[in-house]
Formats: sequence, C-alpha cells, structure tokens
Amino acid sequence: MSIKVGIPRALLYYYYHPQWVTFFRRLGVETLISQKTTRGLLDKGLKSTVDEACLPVKLAVGHVLDLRDRVDYLFLPRIVSTARKEYICPKFLGFPDMVRHTINNLPPIIDCNFNLYHKGSSSADFYFQVGKFFTRNPAKIIMAYNASKAALDKHNLDMQSDCLPQEHAAEGSADSNGINIAVIGHPYVIYDNYISMNMIKRLRDSGARVLTADHLPESVVREEAYRLPKKLFWTINQRMVGAAYHYFSREDVHGIIHVASFGCGPDSFTGELTERCARNGSNKPMLSLTVDEHTGEAGMVTRLEAFLDMVRWRRNMADAAATL
Amino acid sequence: MRVTYPHMGHMWICIKGMLEYLGVDVVIPPPSSKKTMQLGVKHSPEFACMPLKLNLGNFMEASQMGADTVVMAGGCGPCRFGYYAQVEHAILNDLGYQYQLVVLEPPQKHITELIGKIRYITQNRSWFKVIKGIRLGYLKASAVDKVEQRAYYSRPRELRPGATEQAVKKALAKIVAARTPEEMPAALDAALEIMNGVAVDQHRPVVRIGLVGEIFTLLEPFANMEIERKLGNMGVEVDRSIHLSEWINDHLFMGLIKNERSSKPAQEKGLAYLGHTVGGHGLETVGSTILYAEQGFDGVIQLLPFTCMPEIVAQSILPQVSSDLGIPVMTLIVDEQSGDAGMITRLEAFVDLLTMRGDTPQLKDRNFGVEECPQRMRGHTSA
Repeated sequence: MSIKVGIPRALLYYYYHPQWVTFFRRLGVETLISQKTTRGLLDKGLKSTVDEACLPVKLAVGHVLDLRDRVDYLFLPRIVSTARKEYICPKFLGFPDMVRHTINNLPPIIDCNFNLYHKGSSSADFYFQVGKFFTRNPAKIIMAYNASKAALDKHNLDMQSDCLPQEHAAEGSADSNGINIAVIGHPYVIYDNYISMNMIKRLRDSGARVLTADHLPESVVREEAYRLPKKLFWTINQRMVGAAYHYFSREDVHGIIHVASFGCGPDSFTGELTERCARNGSNKPMLSLTVDEHTGEAGMVTRLEAFLDMVRWRRNMADAAATL
Repeated sequence: MRVTYPHMGHMWICIKGMLEYLGVDVVIPPPSSKKTMQLGVKHSPEFACMPLKLNLGNFMEASQMGADTVVMAGGCGPCRFGYYAQVEHAILNDLGYQYQLVVLEPPQKHITELIGKIRYITQNRSWFKVIKGIRLGYLKASAVDKVEQRAYYSRPRELRPGATEQAVKKALAKIVAARTPEEMPAALDAALEIMNGVAVDQHRPVVRIGLVGEIFTLLEPFANMEIERKLGNMGVEVDRSIHLSEWINDHLFMGLIKNERSSKPAQEKGLAYLGHTVGGHGLETVGSTILYAEQGFDGVIQLLPFTCMPEIVAQSILPQVSSDLGIPVMTLIVDEQSGDAGMITRLEAFVDLLTMRGDTPQLKDRNFGVEECPQRMRGHTSA
C-alpha cells in the first residue's frame, strides 16, 4: 500500500492544488484531499481553535480534523512568502504550529518552509525538502517538480481564460449580454461553496458573469497595485486591491463585490482602501460583504438580489441616456 | 512645521526630548482617553486593531492643537502596523485634515529615502547633532524604563498606599526636564533617588506575574486599563516582557548597546514551540512565557488588542506551554468595548488562583513539568 498524504481543502490549496497533487503523484505518493466544507466540518474547526482566529483558519482546522485519522502524513506547508519582499499573513506563518499545539493525535506533519522572501530563493528548495520525506532520489524529485510546475502554469492560464476552479468550471456559461460583476475576495473564501454560500453560482444563476482576481494575469494586477501609496506586503491582498482597481476602471464591469471574512486582519485594511477608491475615484456600485460562521443564507441572498437589481437599473438608465 | 506623533505609553518623553533638542516644534496630543477612542473608532475600519483607532484619535486631537506634520514609524510586514500610516493618512485626508506624513521605515528602494526624511524633519541640522539627539532619546527611554522597573518592585510593597504613584510622577518629571544628553545622568540619579525614597516592606510576600503580548497594549496604560497599577495594588509584582529602550536597541541600533535587556533570548526560546517569526511580537510572547516559567514567576498574563494577528498565533500555542511548564497563563483581549470592572474581576480571580497555588505546600516546591502540575490547577483561562 502506498503512503497517503492528506491535503486540507483550505487556505492556499485553492492556488496551489494542481501543483501539489501533481508533485505527490509523480513521487508515487497517494494524496487525499479533505471533503468539501460542511456545517459539521466547520463546527469541529470552531471547537478546536481559539475564538479570536479568523474564519479561514478555523475552517482549515476543521479540514485538518477531517483528515487526521485517515492519512499517514499531513501536508501543512508553512507558507512564509510567495513573492520577494512580501508575506501572506502572520497566521499562515504560524499555522502548522497552531495546529500542532491545539490538536492531539496528529499524524506526522510536513511543514517545510515555502519562502521566496529573499533574493535568489526558489520554490524548488521547498519541493526538495518535501520530496525528501518520500524518496532519496534527487532526479525523481526534479522530474516531479518540473511536472508540477507545468501543471500550475496550465491551471493559471485556464483561470485567466474564464474557467474558475473545479466545480465552478462546468457551470461557466459566459453570457456577454448580461452584466459583469467582479467578486473580490480571498480565494479560500470565494471558492469555498459553503462559507461563501454559493455566491458565484448564485450570481451566475441570476444572469451575471463573474470575474475574479484570477481572471487577470499577475502583471496587470501588480501594475494596478502600484497605485497604492506604499507597496502592500501581503501578496493575496495586493492581488485583491490590484484587481479591484483594475475592475473599477474597466467599462464593461458593472459592479464590484468585496468579500471579507470576519477577523481577517489584512482585509480590514484593504477593504477600507478599496471602499475609499470606490467612493472617490469611481461611480461603480460596490457591495461589501463580511462572512462569518453565523451568517444566515437569507441575509446574503437579499443583499445580492438588491445589489444586482440596482446594477441592472443603473445600466438600463445608462442605456436609455445613450439613446437620447 | 509643527510635528506630532501618536502616543504609546511614555514614548512621548523620549521623542519629545529628541525632537526639541533638534529644535523641532513639537505638539504632543493629549493623553489617550475615552474621547480619543471615540474619535478613532468613528472613522476607522471596524476590524482594524485598536492601536490604529487610538493613533487616529491622537492625530485628530493634535490637529486641533495646531499640528500639521505626522511622524510615524513604519515597517514591512507581516504585522498590520507596517501599513498604519498609509491607511490613517487616507482616512485623515478624506476627513479634510491637512497633514504632511513622514514615515520612518526601512527604505523600499534606497537608503536615501530614509535619509531624506530625517533631513526634512530635522530641517538639515548637522548629522552630529542628529546622532546626539537620538542618543538623548535613547537615554530618556532607558531612564523611564528604570523608573518603571523600580515602581514594579515598590508598588506591591509600599507602606503608604499611593506613594509609588506619586514618586513615579515626580521621577518622570525630572527625566522630562533634562534637555541635553549631558544632563541625563544627573536627571536619572535624581529620578532613581525619588523612587528609592518610597518606604517599602521588604518582607511582604508578593505574587509575581509576567506581562507578555503586543507592544502597544503593554506600553499604553489607557489601552491596558493600567494593568500594572491594578496588579500592583493587589499585591502583585509585575514584570513586562517588552520595554521601549530594549525595543530601540534591538530594532534601531541592531543591538549595538551591549549588556542591556534584549529580546534575543525570548526569540530563541520561542522557536521550540513556534518554528518561525510571525511578525509583531508573537514569537517573543511565546519565548517570554517560557523564560518567566523558568525564572519561577507565579503566572503570566498575555495582552493583545482584538484581531491582532501575531498574538492570535501565540495565543493558540500558550495553553501547550502552560501545561508543559506548569505556569498558569491568562489571555486578556482589549478593544473599544473593554470595561474596567470586567478587567478587575478577571485579574482578581487570577491573582487569587495564583495565591492559592502558592499556599498549597505540594505545589509550592514544584518542579516545572507536566507530572508535577495537576490538571485541575493548570489555570488557563481565556477572556
């Protein structure tokens, strides 16, 4: 029987899953991904985390608990930095330790540092460390690494050409006559169907085309983010702000939804900056939603409906004005 | 140009000394109060951490006193403090305050950025004078810390209630009055003499508690609701893990001044539980708790503002440290909703627990270890 590695379906899984899964498969290691988020899974996470932690971390702990008894290793990389002179967030730096010291009976944790903060650092170092858990053959690791990198690049290109990840892809029917709504939020919030309460699907069902930060190539996002008074040192939030600025200035985007999770530190700042941009530098409507473990679905549905109504109404007004 | 800066405990003494020595016109905002908090909370993002809200309130109050330039420290993450200045400036701008913003931080591109900013504030004073000014600031910070440490000792032991508080006020006034680095040794001697003049009962039994956590809430008495004074009056000798002079020496002078307190040992200890720095003082919080346990303190209190990211990581790890080393740890989280009575109740209960633990013979001569520490006395409470 081959070794089984558990990957929680949470946090940066949503960015890196093609790379991680390919890498392990090439090493001949079986991967097990935790089940999709459910109420029970979130509840377990809530009970095992300090109250003050943010929703995504509580959720990630729930996913860890889901895997705990079913795998030989837990893959919880310490993602320090994914770009030079940038970080993700302090909780990502401490996540493996938070898990280790709050949950008992864990299988061995693979918590190698993924760190591109310094000049000359490469993601290959990280994959080498991970590979060493399973093989002593460096050539095998290099081949697995190259294949995994190709998988990630392909995934990113797919995303830019309007295929949202996994389950969302199938439903993607681009209707160019409808309205375009940009959804700005952490990938592990907006792509998680449970905590985002199917927001993307709901928007699509009501005839809107959904755009996210992942539809934009990294260069565009970074260029837009340069408009900030100081470079943001959180990579994901830089993406969010850059994408928001880009969509604010785009003619064919009719409304922007900013999704923050309760207790998220960086969101509190970038949400503020995005909102001020919406108020001062643009006349596009913006909806700011905060999700937490208590959010009722009805509240979300009402807000989305009201927002879409307003966007449509505005658009009709604009069309009418143009024909006069 | 009238320069202002945010409050953080007694930091104003050291920056005022430094800037006035360099001939800069300084406006010190009124001490943080309920009003400051209300002003800040009204205009800040809801989930921003408390220091940002108080900073903002400070700036708004200082503006009414005629300040037109803000000097602030910055940083490069991952703690939110690194982006404070920019968010605060955006808010102030939208509210119509005309502030010039000068952020002193590690330069993004080239060292000339930082040099230019220093030259701007000091209005091209000679570098010799600037360095002397910085030295004056450091000496003041270090003197203030010494006074505070004396107060930790004498507060639970004072014979006349309130004597320490009066002495601290007088001693700080001496330090504030010194205008040049040359006057500082005399001022320090005078301040310490006042502190030594407090009559104490050396043999009174006291409980010892270490305070760890986020730097702003530890240093700013308004933010922590004067926890040091409250504990002192309950007969507790406190020790704070972070002092201003230590922070200046570690971060600005890169540990240039030897034989001073440093956060290095705490960082090294903390690595046993937390494999990487997490920004802010998260790693130091874990490490200091271990150090306090080793030094035989009776308990540790962790202080943090609501939603503080690095401290939440530390908070998740502290229960494990507490049970491994047999030291009770309590976490107190403060924000604009915190009330005095809630704080006092928790502190009293915690001190009672520590006193009881100290009076129980089999616990008194305990060795630190899991076996020696009965589960029911572990005493991890969270606020």
